[in-house]
Amino acid sequence: MDFQNEQDMIDFGEELAKHLFPNTVITLEGELGVGKTTFTKGIGKGLGVTKIINSPTFTIVKEYQGRVPFYHFDAYRLEGENEELGFEEMFEDGGVCVIEWPMYIQDILPDNRLEIHMTKNKDQTRHMTFVAHGQQYQQLLKEMNICCN
Amino acid sequence: MSLILAIESSCDEMSIAILKDQRELLCNVVASQIDTHRLFGGVVPEIASRMHVECVSTVLKTALNEAKINMQDIDAIAVTKGPGLVGSLHVGMQAAKTLALAYHKPLIGVHHIAGHIYANELVEDIKYPCLCLVVSGGHSELVYMKHEFSFEVIGQTLDDAIGEAYDKVGRVLHLPYPGGPVIDRMAKEGKHSYQLPLPMNDDSYHFSFSGLKSAVINLCHNASQRNEDIVPEDLACSFQEVAVDVLVSKTLKAAKDYQVKEIIVAGGVSANQGLREALTKRSDIPVLFPPMRYCTDNAAMIASAARIMYEHQQFSSLDLMVKPSYDLEMESLGE
Repeated sequence: MDFQNEQDMIDFGEELAKHLFPNTVITLEGELGVGKTTFTKGIGKGLGVTKIINSPTFTIVKEYQGRVPFYHFDAYRLEGENEELGFEEMFEDGGVCVIEWPMYIQDILPDNRLEIHMTKNKDQTRHMTFVAHGQQYQQLLKEMNICCN
Repeated sequence: MSLILAIESSCDEMSIAILKDQRELLCNVVASQIDTHRLFGGVVPEIASRMHVECVSTVLKTALNEAKINMQDIDAIAVTKGPGLVGSLHVGMQAAKTLALAYHKPLIGVHHIAGHIYANELVEDIKYPCLCLVVSGGHSELVYMKHEFSFEVIGQTLDDAIGEAYDKVGRVLHLPYPGGPVIDRMAKEGKHSYQLPLPMNDDSYHFSFSGLKSAVINLCHNASQRNEDIVPEDLACSFQEVAVDVLVSKTLKAAKDYQVKEIIVAGGVSANQGLREALTKRSDIPVLFPPMRYCTDNAAMIASAARIMYEHQQFSSLDLMVKPSYDLEMESLGE
């Protein structure tokens, strides 16, 4: 799936949010500057979060209140760590979790989740690929007419 | 009259200070972990909280010795309740609650940013109404303060904090952690020769540093694909001039619109020389910067904010919880 600009990504995030269910976990992978936080803004908007969603890098996780609790994680600074951080509780809080740099907390990620990879195309537009882990997420992609590749 | 013991442990520094009245600082002990985290290229939260546990009692003992004070003489125990790293905050919070309970002292929970702002008052009275530019690794905010201890966030970053952008650019340039001070030094030796976009150059009071960060990454990436060399000093200078320009322009615009008497700067990035020079030069109203020794995290600033809360009897009960992300505006005291 390709996106022409930031607004495209925000609109898609907003649309995606409408299809999310309690305890959704979405992982976002992609290099610095690819637009992970931008896309997350869209999801937050779709969940009814009115506050400004900005980078959680410093505190690792930021919590927002929309229709449901919304947790925005950034594991960028957890490289090489395998400690108990209490994230599991947030995954099962009835809300939506978006996790940037998930590779650094691979061990504690739930088995069922939506994996999104973001890349830059040559012309600076963005590309996303989706991998659904678990039936609920496969159903989600189907509902949204997204190919799983 | 007050004698306040304050504990700050929101990130990678464990610090305890004792402040008598408004600015008689009896001690300000800081145990920094920067050397350890430098090995990892950033603060590692679990290491941070573990090291805090190891050093909290030593820091306390040193602080009391240096101040020549007994715990009995203290009027209140202040502690940073947030925002920050949850594990690190817990260590300070537990220590503060334990002391408050054992010595029957009131407990004061202080917002970390209120601390950074009131670091300024350790040297000079703040003149209200004022505008505060908060710049650090986790924050880039413009806060309007109509009167003492009232906070209205009128602008903030829509993505990365300024200090975060500095550190990430530092990582791309393979500089040691933390990248901010190194880029500031390198910028002095370079010239503004790279074209970078002026981010969020609009009428709002909001900031955006993600695009500027991406522009630096792209520039480095493209250069390496073409086998060209980057002049790190020039890139540092170009990045810093653009970043500082937008910080200063928006601060001056807000100061004018809100007709404040003074601009104050707070947070770790207030140590940045480029920012200090540009803001002082371009502003026609007084600008107050905290002394360099109070720019980074320290407990003296927490004590300074707590002193005002103490005067207003703003105490917390012992079930006070740490708040990793917390609104500054909710800390405001009434007129």
